[in-house]
Parts: sequence; C-alpha cells; structure tokens
Amino acid sequence: MTTDNTTRKFPAGTVVRPDYRPPPLRSVYAVRAKVELLSFVREREAVVFTFAFPILLLVIFGSVFGGQDLEGGVSFAQYFVSGMIAAGLFGSSFQNLGISIPIERDTGALKRLAGTPMPRSAYFAGKVAVVGVVAVVQNLLLLSIGVLFYDLELPTSASRWVTYGWVSVLGLTACTLLGIAATAIVKNGRTAPAIISPISIVLQFISGVFFVFSELPAWMQEIAALFPLKWMTQGMRSVFLPDEYQTVEPAGSWEHGRIALVLTAWCVLGLAVAVRTFRWRNKADG
Amino acid sequence: MTDYAIQVTGLRKSYQGRAAVDGVDFEVRRGEVFSLLGPNGAGKTTTVEILEGYRRRDAGDVWVLGDDPAAVTAAWKARIGIVLQRVDDLSQSSELTVREWVGATAAYFPDPRPVDETIDLVGLGGKRDARASSLSGGQRRRLDVALGIVGRPELLFLDEPTTGFDPEARRQFWGLLEDLTEQGTTILLTTHYLDEAERLADRVAVISAGRIVEVGTPQTLGGRAQAAARVRWVGPDGPREVTTDTPTKVVTELATRFDGEVPELVVERPSLEDVYLKMIGAGS
Repeated sequence: MTTDNTTRKFPAGTVVRPDYRPPPLRSVYAVRAKVELLSFVREREAVVFTFAFPILLLVIFGSVFGGQDLEGGVSFAQYFVSGMIAAGLFGSSFQNLGISIPIERDTGALKRLAGTPMPRSAYFAGKVAVVGVVAVVQNLLLLSIGVLFYDLELPTSASRWVTYGWVSVLGLTACTLLGIAATAIVKNGRTAPAIISPISIVLQFISGVFFVFSELPAWMQEIAALFPLKWMTQGMRSVFLPDEYQTVEPAGSWEHGRIALVLTAWCVLGLAVAVRTFRWRNKADG
Repeated sequence: MTDYAIQVTGLRKSYQGRAAVDGVDFEVRRGEVFSLLGPNGAGKTTTVEILEGYRRRDAGDVWVLGDDPAAVTAAWKARIGIVLQRVDDLSQSSELTVREWVGATAAYFPDPRPVDETIDLVGLGGKRDARASSLSGGQRRRLDVALGIVGRPELLFLDEPTTGFDPEARRQFWGLLEDLTEQGTTILLTTHYLDEAERLADRVAVISAGRIVEVGTPQTLGGRAQAAARVRWVGPDGPREVTTDTPTKVVTELATRFDGEVPELVVERPSLEDVYLKMIGAGS
C-alpha cells in the first residue's frame, strides 16, 4: 500500500485544508452524556427493570433468609444488602456495557459515530455518564430499602463514608473498563446476554452476594478472589457491618490495601485490553 | 488543472483470497455527482468504504479531498459526509427526536449547518420532535441524510440511499440531492437503480465483479447515443418493427405512406437498462 506522500501520483487538489478547529472536547462530552442519558431514561421498561431487579432480589432474599443471624452479631439481611450494593455497581457497569455496546455495534450506531470527526473518547465519556447515574440511583434505592426494612445501619464515621466512596469509584471504574474490554469476546448483540449474564451471576454466587463468603469452600473463595466483585463486596461489608465481623472474614481483616490493589490491577488490565481490542464495526461487517 | 474530489487508481481488496475489488480506476471532479452502478456484490460498497476510511485497501492509490483515507484524521472527516448503506440504530434503539439526533451530530463538527435548517432541507420539518424510531423507512433515510450533511461536507457519500423507497419518496429524495449539488456538494452515489443514476449523475461508472466496465455520462454509456434505433408501428398486417441507423428517414417515409398519423408509432434507442444489462453480462 502506498501511503507515503512521495509516491503520490496525482496532484493533491487545489483546495488548501482549512485550519481545523475542533469543537471543545468538553462540549462534545456533554453532548454524548446527554444522548446516552436521554436514550436510557426514555427506554421506560429498561429503566424499570434496571432498578427493580436488585430491589426484587433484595426483597426475596431478605424475606426468606433475613431473620437468620450470622456470626459477629450480623443479620443475613444486613450482610446481603452490602453484597447487593456491590453487585449493583457491578451490574450497572460491567453487565450494562458488556451487553449494550455489542448491540450498538450490531445496529451500526458505532460505525456511524466512527464516520464523524467526534473524538472517540467522547463515546466512552457518554457511557461513563450513564453508568455513574445508574449506579448512584441504584445505591440510593438499595440503601433506603436496606435502612427502612432490613436493619441496615448507615455508617456514622467519616472514614467509613470515605471507604464507601473509594470502593464504589474504584470498583465502578474497574468494572466499566472490564465491560468495555469484554465486548472484544462478544461477537454480536444476540449472544451478548448469553455470555455476559452468566459471568455476572456466577460471580455473584461466589463473591459473597447471595451466600456468606466465609462459608464457601476454600477453592471457590480462591477463584472469586481473582475477580473484582469479591473485593467490592468485602469493601462494602467494611462500610456497613460492625468491625467485630472482620474476624469472620477469611483474612481476619477488611484488607483495605489489598482491595485497592486488586481493583486497581483490574482497572489497568481492563484499560489495556479495551484500548487494544475495541472494535467500531461488527466482525460480520468485514 | 482539474480539481478532483476523488482519485482512485489500481484499487484492490480481497476477502479471504477472493477479490472484491479487482483493479478499479476512476476520478470524481469537484461539484460532480458521480454514480457507481452495479449489481449486488459487484464491489460498490467495498470501494466506497475504502474511500470513507472504514476499510484498508490491499493495493492502489486513493486520494479523497487530497488526503489518503487510510490515514484518517478528524480534520479530514469534518469535510466529508457519510450515509451508510444500512444502519439500524435509528429504527432499533433511538428514543431521541429528529432534532436531538441532528443537534448531537452537529456538535461533532467545527462549522455545522444550523440544525433546523438541516431538518427543513431534508423535508422533515413536520417531524422535528418525533422520535427517530417512530419515523417511516423513507423518513428515517432522510434523517440519515440530515446526519450526513449537517457538518457541511464538501463531499457526500451516499450508499444506496433510496433502497426500499416508494416511487414518490424516491422522487422527493432526488429533489433533495439536486438542492445539495446546487450548493456545490460533490456526491458519490452508489445505487443499483438505473433511473436514479440516469436522473442524478453527471457521470456513471458501471462496476461488475470488482472491475469498472465503463465510465460515461448516462446518455452515452454503452454507445447508447450512436446505437441503432428501433422503429415500431402497427401496419395493416399487424405490428411491424425495423432496426435502423436513420430513424428520421424511416418515420418520414411512414408518414408519407400513412398520409398523416402512423398508428402506435414508437422510436426507441437502447435504454440505460439495456446497455447496463449487456455490460454486467459481459463483465461476469
């Protein structure tokens, strides 16, 4: 292929390229955020299910097992609410993007965008906006229901709120990047739910959402420890459960340093894979 | 010196060893409407998507607005407009309105056309606030075009823009394209509708099996202008037909013989369809 200017066989044309002054990045990001948020809130069924599903799970599990007491003076409902908050973060980022991006690739939405001068980062900025809004609303709903019906105690110390903040932000970042990276292995929008949903459900089972983590077989704990969700649930337990419960955790402590380390590692890995493998066109499209 | 919007020489592209584009040469002048005409699978879309910067070529030289599309930049993309052959995002998932769609797309370009003006130009003024998913097929295609022209492109790619249109929608759409060319937009139109190429294109390239069979104006393609004419009429013994290089002479003789009106007189040159079918038959 001859792409070198010295091999040019034809005159380049008489039109001198006008000075290109792209629109400010900030305003393009704002437009993409608006597009994504409007598209989300106007899909009413999707909005209802996105927010109702974790609440429904919370009510079902809370009603069935809620009364059981765990070690360390904690009720199962309290344990489960902290797990569901972590799972909600995971669902609104990893699961949401892992399914919605391949569908947009199938419809040609991504191809259309790639044909415009829009900076490609703006597309991801829009996704981050919608992930952020969904995560915040979902967290507020789960916290309210947990406090009102399942004896969840909101943290009273500033340091616990700080933990809540960094675990949420770091976990969301890791899972957002992983959701984008996962679209590399998803061939099309039809198979996306079949691949992404089982990953999320299995991880929820082994990471301390539906079952008490310390009661799982050791090998299962070891597998779960490779993935981010286990560390997010542990981080959330450190926010909402009393400090005495630490002794029940397999490590005997909340392991904040390790949580930060593992989630950061997943951020780096997700980013590296996403940057290298992201496709704007369906494979079937050549 | 002629000012070219597109120059293509020796363009080749294969998929899994099968040549989709097999040595294509053509150029498109600025301000021209150039049509790539060919059957499905002839290599039209592959050619156009290489020019648009979506696909890499295997060989050949390609210059689009003086740049190589294989090295696309935002500055270059701001000067072209793309209407893809098939995109389902407007029908499947778009809860955005026409105005929101056009407004968002305008925001990616440095010097966009005003949003409402663009919507009026494609004839969607009455549908400004309608959700894209609620539009009819023809209206959605107009929105596709609105998104393609909102950035004021110097060069507009239209890949089979009217597939699935009813005749009236097609005619309205042609009017829109004529407006755009009046404003100086260069258009590369791929189509498999002969009447569309004949009506809109300054020049037509017939492409078949990855090669250009011929380039010419719709009127002269395939030697149409010089081809023998057929004269048909109904005589006392039933329908008659002669093929002649001098149809005027034949008609004059007939007029004398019938002393006035010749019953059911028809004089015809080969239609674009006739020469086209002959060409793509020869190319395959």
